[in-house]
Amino acid sequence: MELYMSIAIGVLFTVGVYLVLSKSLLRIILGTSLLTHGIHLLLLTMSRLKTGAAPLLGQKADSYVDPLPQALILTSIVISFGVTSFFFVLAYKAYQKLGTDDIEQLRGKEDE
Amino acid sequence: MSLLHLVIILPFIFAFGSPFLYKVTNRIHTGWFMLPAPIFIFGYFLSRVPKVQNGESVTTAVPWIPSIGVHFTVYLDGLSLLFALLISGIGSLVIIYSIFYLNKRKEALGQFYIYLLLFMGAMLGVVLSENLITLYGFWELTSISSFLLIAFWNQREKSLYGALKSMLITVFGGLAMLSGFLLLYMMTGTFSIREIIANAAMITEHSLFIPAMLLILLGAFTKSAQFPFHIWLPDAMEAPTPVSAYLHSATMVKAGLYLVARMSPIFAGEASWFWIVSATGIVTLIYGSYRALKQTDLKAMLAFSTISQLGLIMSLLGLGSAAAIFTGTSESLFYVKATMAGIFHLINHAVFKGALFMIVGIVDHETGTRDIRKLGGLMSVMPITFSVALIGTFSMAGLPPFNGFLSKEMFFTAVINIMNLDMWNMQFLSVLFPVIAWVASVFTFIYSMLLLFRTFAGKKQFDKLEKKPHEAPLGLLLPPVVLGALAVVFGIFPNILSYTLIEPTMAAIHPTMLLSGQQFDTSIQIWHGWTAEIFMTIGVIAVGTVLYRQHQRVKVLHLPLFSEITLNKTYDGGLRLLDKGAKGLTDRYMTGSIRHYMIYIFLFLIISIAITMGISNSVRLDFTQYAPMSLYEAVIIFALIVSVIAVPFARTRMMAIILTGTAGYMVTLFFVIFRAPDLALTQMIVETVSVTLFLLCFYHLPKLKKELESLRFKLSNFIIALGVGVVMTLLALSASSSRSFESISDFFIKESYNLAGGKNIVNVILVDFRGFDTMLEIVVLSIASYGIYALIKVNLTDDVDRVGTGYWESENKLTFNGIRSNDVILKTIAKAVIVIILAFSLYLFFSGHNAPGGGFIGALMAAAAFVLLAMAFGSKRVREVISIDFRKLSAVGILIALLTGTGSFLFDLPFLSHAFGYVELPLLGHMEWATAMLFDLGVYLTVVGITMTIILAIGRDK
Repeated sequence: MELYMSIAIGVLFTVGVYLVLSKSLLRIILGTSLLTHGIHLLLLTMSRLKTGAAPLLGQKADSYVDPLPQALILTSIVISFGVTSFFFVLAYKAYQKLGTDDIEQLRGKEDE
Repeated sequence: MSLLHLVIILPFIFAFGSPFLYKVTNRIHTGWFMLPAPIFIFGYFLSRVPKVQNGESVTTAVPWIPSIGVHFTVYLDGLSLLFALLISGIGSLVIIYSIFYLNKRKEALGQFYIYLLLFMGAMLGVVLSENLITLYGFWELTSISSFLLIAFWNQREKSLYGALKSMLITVFGGLAMLSGFLLLYMMTGTFSIREIIANAAMITEHSLFIPAMLLILLGAFTKSAQFPFHIWLPDAMEAPTPVSAYLHSATMVKAGLYLVARMSPIFAGEASWFWIVSATGIVTLIYGSYRALKQTDLKAMLAFSTISQLGLIMSLLGLGSAAAIFTGTSESLFYVKATMAGIFHLINHAVFKGALFMIVGIVDHETGTRDIRKLGGLMSVMPITFSVALIGTFSMAGLPPFNGFLSKEMFFTAVINIMNLDMWNMQFLSVLFPVIAWVASVFTFIYSMLLLFRTFAGKKQFDKLEKKPHEAPLGLLLPPVVLGALAVVFGIFPNILSYTLIEPTMAAIHPTMLLSGQQFDTSIQIWHGWTAEIFMTIGVIAVGTVLYRQHQRVKVLHLPLFSEITLNKTYDGGLRLLDKGAKGLTDRYMTGSIRHYMIYIFLFLIISIAITMGISNSVRLDFTQYAPMSLYEAVIIFALIVSVIAVPFARTRMMAIILTGTAGYMVTLFFVIFRAPDLALTQMIVETVSVTLFLLCFYHLPKLKKELESLRFKLSNFIIALGVGVVMTLLALSASSSRSFESISDFFIKESYNLAGGKNIVNVILVDFRGFDTMLEIVVLSIASYGIYALIKVNLTDDVDRVGTGYWESENKLTFNGIRSNDVILKTIAKAVIVIILAFSLYLFFSGHNAPGGGFIGALMAAAAFVLLAMAFGSKRVREVISIDFRKLSAVGILIALLTGTGSFLFDLPFLSHAFGYVELPLLGHMEWATAMLFDLGVYLTVVGITMTIILAIGRDK
């Protein structure tokens, strides 16, 4: 399972980076979303998969999966939601104001 | 902590008080409040003289960074006492002088005295520190306070130029010095100066010995304005005159001399030390005196004169180091005379040059100019000023009966003595020393006379002056008169100084030269008989007088020698080149293209991770321990990969957004499979809300919706992307197959219930174990939401007209009547479903401590309910129905979280300590109450507030 997950993570990162490097603001934002997914799965995979029950002590299981990456990911999900929203609105407003979402055209000039 | 420490700290305390005193008392000059500090310090050090004279020294230490041997150690011996007396004594006089010099209404006195006292404390720190690192710290502080003082009149272009120049040069030297100190540390393993001196014999053969010496000398030469680093000192004269008198003549520029003297026990006896120090000194001496001749500005003349005199003392310290070779023989006492002359001249120079600076300040103050071409004949209107100027200039020219005469004679003795030295190929070169010394003395004589007679004698030309000249007020005259009187007293009774100050200082510079109980013979005689020295002096006066008469006619004496290539032009050009080079280099990679920046980041990521994995060789494929995979899971992975790969190929933006959403939901499924219920819940809601947002932003932009993506494939981007992907796959494999240290997760599993009373470990980590992280996280989120709100609110009208045209406006009216649907079924169902979702949200929140759920998830669920409401009835309607200011709601949430955290202070516990207990309630039964719950409530409210702020802000935009 870990092997296939690792490959999936690789695909998420490849596509995410490729999108981030493109010109369109929308694609960049989508790229960051995919990168976030990649990171989340990476964190989970790092601590081995399915090693026990869900980290709820009420289940009275012998072993539980690692709760730490889950706490990290939970924080990350919410934060990335906030950041992505901000990014969106920024892109949307930039488009409204400048009429383009091409990042190369949004480049700053000297002493700007 | 000792009294000696307090003495260093005292000026800093006064400096701190200065601005307050300046604000409170505008009738009394701030200087009067500052004056007690240096006077007290001077008195204290004066009372230490008898003890130091008996050879006692004081050392006390306060640990600073003990682990690497850095202590705030202060040490008082003859050398530091001499400097401390100069700093505090001249400091007192300068403050008195400044009170009358600086107008209390026009000048920013609060700042002035901060800088001045800061300097005084730093300078005392330099001379009293026994630890090299503390010495360095104070050393740089003198550079900084000097910078601030030179730039005191910061509206003047030249002040800023001079300040920057002095800063660049002295700080450059300071850094060199620091690396020299570090080399000494590497050789001896200590920062203590005395311990290094004790080990000096062992390190002379070390390969780092010479580099350390050169670097330290670089620090000393830049600070003491030695050729060719002297160029900052003339420009530093833009500072107010009290500052020039204090920093740039009497004290700070002597820090380099102090350093050379302090380091002498380590380096003296080395041929290179002898050569570099004395040659630099003697070159500076003649260069400075020659340049001084050509100046027409009185202060510039004094600046070059100071450079030349510093060179004189420097060369004497170098010549004196020859004595170290003959330790234990009578010859050593022969060469040690040079050191004695150096110390004596150091005192004399501080006295007469201090007085002269103050005199020039008075002339400037009372006539409005310092240009000798405009001045003349002031003798009759300013008799007291003239008298002090006469004493000062005659002393500087080396005329009897003033103190400068004595030290100049001793200087001649020292350079004649050095001809006897038959080591290090001195036979030929040693003749140069007396010759250069004599010529420089002639120059010194000439500019001294120019300074005196051009200003005070000659024909009166008061009509050229801005003000009508008259004698200065008593307060301005007092400090130079005191110094002038000292010049006379030291000239007639030099032996006041010889055993009180000079002898202990020499003992500090040449610690190994004497057996215990012995003393250096430092008695100074005024008349030696008809010796070579006296003939040299007579020659100086005779030739000097002739040349003085010819001064205007001989071009070489008053015109610039090289007008094309000067050191200043080299400095300016170098600075410009550096500026341009740095800009050019930066421009090469700071292109302004985000794509380039991302490429740097990703390349760095690939390389660093690949190297780390290569070195640690941690990629092992061990399939046996891997979790098994079912067909169901294989299908999800396949779906994820396919949807992700399809994103870049999506022809429309809509498609891309939906495909990304699909990937998000697949990830949610993985969370379910991997036993992460909290994550699955959160991700699902976030994904839903995000896709709504995506669509809100981009679907309703008409042009974007229709426009097709250009799908040009870029190979370079793909290669980088593939690199990152491969590296990440390997990283995931290596991390999951091996573990180099114990995870801390077991702690959380074990203690979650015992310490925090919660069974949902993830939630307990968030609100309890790592509550502080969560707290800051909601703050970050709030900032993001306020940012979005502000972005939407930004008024773009002026630009919209230009870019948007009418098309935009009409379209916007149609689109943003909000998020609205006319679907009756949706509306009907929504009414019922919203209640259910909200109830579920509350359930998630309350059960979160023990079962999946919690503040984040509950809040997102509630937000999802509101989004549904907005979809069904329009966001305007939502705002009408729910009249809550969501921005305030998130602020209240943060406040609750913060108060919960600070509440633990009441019980004397650290921030965010939580408590819990159980209560039996009717109907609800056994219930747990934890303060963590209260904290989670804060999180809940904040997240609801944030999400709704974002959604409504976007929905509101028209």
